[in-house]
Formats: sequence, structure tokens, C-alpha cells
Amino acid sequence: MTAKKLSLKQRYEFLTRDLDWEPSYQPVDSIFPYDQFEGIKIKDWSGWEDPFRLTMDSYWKFQAEKERKLYAVIDAFAQNNGQTGISDGRYINVLKLFLTAISPAEYQAHRAFAFTGRHLRGAGTRVACQMQSIDELRHIQTQIHTISHYNKFFDGMSEFPIQHDRVFYLSVPKSFFDDARSAGPFEFMIAIGFAFEYLLTNLLFVPFMSGAAYNGDMSTVTFGFSAQSDESRHMTLGIEVIKFLLEQHPDNLPIVQRWVDKWFWRGFRLLGVVAAMMDYMLPKKVMSWKEAWDIYFVEAGGALFKDLARYGLKMPKYANVATEACEHISHQNWGLFYQLCHVAGFHAWMPDAEHMDWLSEKYPNTFDKYYRPRFEMWAKQEKEGKRFYFNGLPQLCSCCQLPMLYTEPGDPTKTCFRNSTFKGTRYHFCSDGCKDIFDNEPEKYVQSWLPVNQIFQGNCGGATVPEVLDWYKINVGVDNCDYVGSPDETLWKSWMEQRFSEAG
Amino acid sequence: MSVVAITPDYEKHIQYRDEQALYHGALLVYVHWEEHLSFVSAFAVSLPPDTPFGAICEIAKGIYGDHPDAAQIDWMKVEWMIDSEQATPDFGKSIAENGVGHKSLIRFWTPGLHGYQGTPN
Amino acid sequence: MTQFASITLMQNDDARPIIDAILADNPGVRILSMPGAVKLDCDSRLTVSRASVEERLGRPWSLQEIQLVLVSMAGNLEEDDDLFTLSWHK
Repeated sequence: MTAKKLSLKQRYEFLTRDLDWEPSYQPVDSIFPYDQFEGIKIKDWSGWEDPFRLTMDSYWKFQAEKERKLYAVIDAFAQNNGQTGISDGRYINVLKLFLTAISPAEYQAHRAFAFTGRHLRGAGTRVACQMQSIDELRHIQTQIHTISHYNKFFDGMSEFPIQHDRVFYLSVPKSFFDDARSAGPFEFMIAIGFAFEYLLTNLLFVPFMSGAAYNGDMSTVTFGFSAQSDESRHMTLGIEVIKFLLEQHPDNLPIVQRWVDKWFWRGFRLLGVVAAMMDYMLPKKVMSWKEAWDIYFVEAGGALFKDLARYGLKMPKYANVATEACEHISHQNWGLFYQLCHVAGFHAWMPDAEHMDWLSEKYPNTFDKYYRPRFEMWAKQEKEGKRFYFNGLPQLCSCCQLPMLYTEPGDPTKTCFRNSTFKGTRYHFCSDGCKDIFDNEPEKYVQSWLPVNQIFQGNCGGATVPEVLDWYKINVGVDNCDYVGSPDETLWKSWMEQRFSEAG
Repeated sequence: MSVVAITPDYEKHIQYRDEQALYHGALLVYVHWEEHLSFVSAFAVSLPPDTPFGAICEIAKGIYGDHPDAAQIDWMKVEWMIDSEQATPDFGKSIAENGVGHKSLIRFWTPGLHGYQGTPN
Repeated sequence: MTQFASITLMQNDDARPIIDAILADNPGVRILSMPGAVKLDCDSRLTVSRASVEERLGRPWSLQEIQLVLVSMAGNLEEDDDLFTLSWHK
């Protein structure tokens, strides 16, 4: 007699919950010391649902299959000199930002999910966190492997781990994950599992990776979508965790709401970098940042919060401010990169006439009125041989760590300044969202390592810009400044000439 | 304490990273030219408290020099705000005597100069 | 505003029978085609049926294999051996 095949639900039950046990010689609370201090009340851990019902054996099988497919593409790409087939040499700067800003964040997520999985006492939660932890490690590994091929030809990629810890704009993603990892495990799950993975990660991976596909970067689109296939599981974990916390006890609602407000805003600020990448750095464009925001936050986020309203959870506090700011942030952040790329590890440039017209069309309310004159001024100065750079060090927000460049909600002609005083010292913020986060936990944020302030304190290699850039491991005149005239441009042009002469 | 921490003596371990004492006797000061948003943000500069206020104009000239409006600034007519209060600084007196403290924000408006081609850039 | 249940799949040969099955089984589905990926949206509820995919694929297929071509999704997920359902609470 053949045994009947187990159903998905039965398999999951046997291979997950049934592998758990009741401890006999240690009290449960001393095995799991981290899951109570945040004030979250859990009555019944068995209420946790993993709708994917993925067991460890299937996990390995699927992940191995994904890796086989990915490495076949990476190999083919290298073998066929795929780097010469991308849309334009400028495109590579997207990968430099990605590798220095995002990939190390994958590693942070790997460490953090390993910790969280260890310290949440439900068996289903632990298994899901373990899988996500391994996924995140896979992501950084595949990203390094993929981008290492470009590193053979282009500048600005070789020192990414050190740069992530030191360079001023990279403290934005670094501090984001430091903040999440130094919180308790439940806040971490809401921060990264829910707010980042469920609400915001689509904006990073879907339109952006589709952009890689459109710009001939076959290897990046493949790691992007391969990572994103794990992301769907992460999103499911994110939505399950928020439902679980809200179902367990009504006292959890105000705590969760505050975390949602906080991490939505932190995520929004972080993704502003992606906004500039999408609107300015992709030579061939898939959709504008505003369009992506409307699809993935306004529409998809709207559906999600309508669903969660039954628990009393509201839209994140500054959702409307963010949606209004989406008409501005990509232009504002590109202005930041353009004028500070002499102290950055990648190149910037001014959009050409056709690109500016695309921006006018995509941003009819804001681009021509506020940003076109700025860019035309810079383009004119460039022509006159007076390339515009910011010759000082920028004031940073004490929460998100971005330069204080954002404008007042509803008034794009005025810089937004907010501040708080804590124990006699003043702290500055770029927005109400960032000020709220500080005011809720000032003891945490007074410890922020703000890159500009650290330069003045004498902790960054020296007092002059060349000394700091040396400490940043930025190869001056090669990795930084304008794309036009860079070694990257020279290389790209030589490939294009070769292609032309061969064709002729 | 408002941080929810697992360690009961969290406050004892706080490492304050932006106190004036860390700046080797100087004050960290922020200066911002209003209506000229082509400059990404206010600039940060560390200055001894006895620096004459007039030195801020000189530093600003260096940082803002690339802007077409910069050469036309009449520093005697500039309107100032120090930490959200309108101010008429005495250029000869020190920044400290003019009410500038650690991490003060100094904003200034330049009458007649409202940015590139009248846009706040 | 419509509450779309949504699924995004890679645009490749492995995903094509799944995309076709979704289009056949979910009337009124909205298609957003992007380079490399396709986003399918359906009012409140969207299903992937194992039988329907198998019919197009011509071989046995487990719903969990969808993970190999899945890019993103929106909605509460319910999965068993026969159906993969994304829906919003009504």
C-alpha cells in the first residue's frame, strides 16, 4: 500500500510546528529574553500564519533552482561582453550607488533577521525569519558577484564596504538599518518586514529592475528579479506580522501605529535616492518616480491600509506629505548629487534637452516652474567652463542624515527647517516626520554619527577635503566629479567607436 | 526616559555625539541663503566663539561665489535671522556676542536678489 | 479607489503559462506590461489555479513553483494544493 501524499498544510504542520518543543529545564522567558520589553502583548503564538507554508526542504530546492538560473545568466553576460551592450556609460553609476548603498543593507538585513528569528518565540515566525535571513545573505552575494564584472572595467565600485561605513550620503541607508537593528525584535519586524518590505520595496526593485532590463543590463535585472522572488515571501511575512500583532491584543495598536508612522517616513526619505536614480540616472526610462509612487504607494498602499483599517490602523501620519513631496524629491536629490559629486564615489551630469522635456511631461506641476531654471543655470555655467559645485559642507538632518535640502510642505520655494533642544543641545531636522522620530526617542538619536559633524570633530582622516576623500577611499579625478571627461566616459566612447568602425 | 530599552541603565551608556565639547572649543554654525535653493542646503562651519560676525559674510562669499547673484550682495542691506528670531548683527562683535550658539542656524535674505531669473534658485 | 489584488511575474517562458492561466481565470484583469515583468491587477481578488496552469503547461505543476517567477504581489495570500489566492478583506 502506498502512503498518501501529504497536503501542503499537513507538510507545513509536520515540518515546522512539529519540530518545535517545550523546554523542560529552562523557563521560556529566559530563552527568549527580547520579546517582551517593547510592550507588545502576545496571547497565543500559534495564531501566527505563514500562508506560503514553505518548509525548509522546499526552500532549499527552490533557492537552488533560482541560483542555477541566475548564475547561468551572469556567466553568459560575462562571456558575451554584455557590459558593452548597455544603453550608455552613464548607466553604470546606478550600479555604483546600488552596490555602495543597498547591497550592504542586504547584509544588515541578513544579520538582523538571524537575530530576530532567534529571539521571537513562535516556531512559524522563527522559520520564516530564518529563511529571510538566508535570502538576504544570498542577495548581497549575488549582487557582489554580478557587479564584480562591471568592476573590471568601470571605476568607483571596489571599496564599497568601507565606503558604506564612511561616506556622507551612505550614512543614510546605514543609519536606517542601524536604527532598525538596535530596536527590539518587534519594532524591527514592523520596520523592515512591514514598512520596508511590504510597503516600499516594490518601488526599489520592480520599476528599477525593469529599468535595468530596458537599459540592456541583463545581469542586474536577473539578480534583481531573483532577489525579488524572495521578496514576495518577505512581503507575506511583513503583512502577517502586522496582522498578528494587531490581532493579539488591542494594547498593541498604538505601539504599532507609531512604528508604522516612523518607518514609513524613514523609508520614504531613504527611497528618495532611488527616485533620483529612476528619473535622472537611467538613460532609457520605464516610468517616472511619481508614476511608480502612484502605483505602488497611493494605489497599492491605499488598498492595504483599507484592509488594515478593521484593526484600527491608520495610514502613516505623513503619507499625504510624502505624496505631495513626490513631485519634488527626485529633482531635489539629483541637484544634491550633481553639486556634491566632487565628494562622492560616482559621476553626475545635467539632463539634456530631450530628458528635460520628458521631466516636464512627467512633472507638469513642478518641473518647469521650480527645477528647469536651476538646471538651465547649471548647464549654462557648465558651457562657460564654470561647472557648479557646492563648495561647503552641507547641514545634515539629525534623523535621516540627508542634507537639509527639502522644502516646506506646500511651499517649494522655502527650505524646511525644524529643530528640537535636548539637554541643552540643539538638533536640526529636515521635516516634521524626522523631528517626530527624534522627539519620541531623543536618547537614541543624540548618538547619531553624522558624517559632516564628525569631519568637524576631527574623526574622518583630516581637516581638508582631500584628506577626507582619501579616508573615504575615493580616487579623486577618477571616481568622482562630472561624467563628462571621466575615465568611464573615455572607456565607453572607445567601445562605441570600436563598434562603429567594426560595423563600417 | 522615552526610549523603550531592555537595559534598565540605558541612560548611563548614552554616547552624546554632537555636544559642543567635541568641537575643540569651536561652535558648529549653520548658514543659509534664502531664495537660492540651487545651493543644496545651509552650509556648516565650525568657528571659535570670538570670531567676528563679519567673518560669516566672508565665508559665505567663498561658498556662494559661483552664483550670478553672489557678486551683487550688499551685505549692509542683508536681512538676518538667528535661530528663528530676526536679528541685526553687529559685524564687528563676535558671533557669541551676537547671540550665536552651538548649532545655531543663521538665515539671511538679500533684498532685490531673489534667485536665478527671479526663481528661488 | 479600487482595491486591486495584484501579482507581478517575470516576462519569460516559465511564467507565460501562469500569466495565460491568470488572464483566463480572472475576468477583467488589468495588465501593466513593463520591460522584464508584467503586473496583473484584479478588483479585490485574484487567483492562480494549479489545474489551469497544468492544462497549459502539459505536465504536473505545483503551485509553489510560482516562487521561481514571482516578482511581487499585493493582497492577503491563501495557498493550498489547488489554489493560490490574493484578496483584500471585504
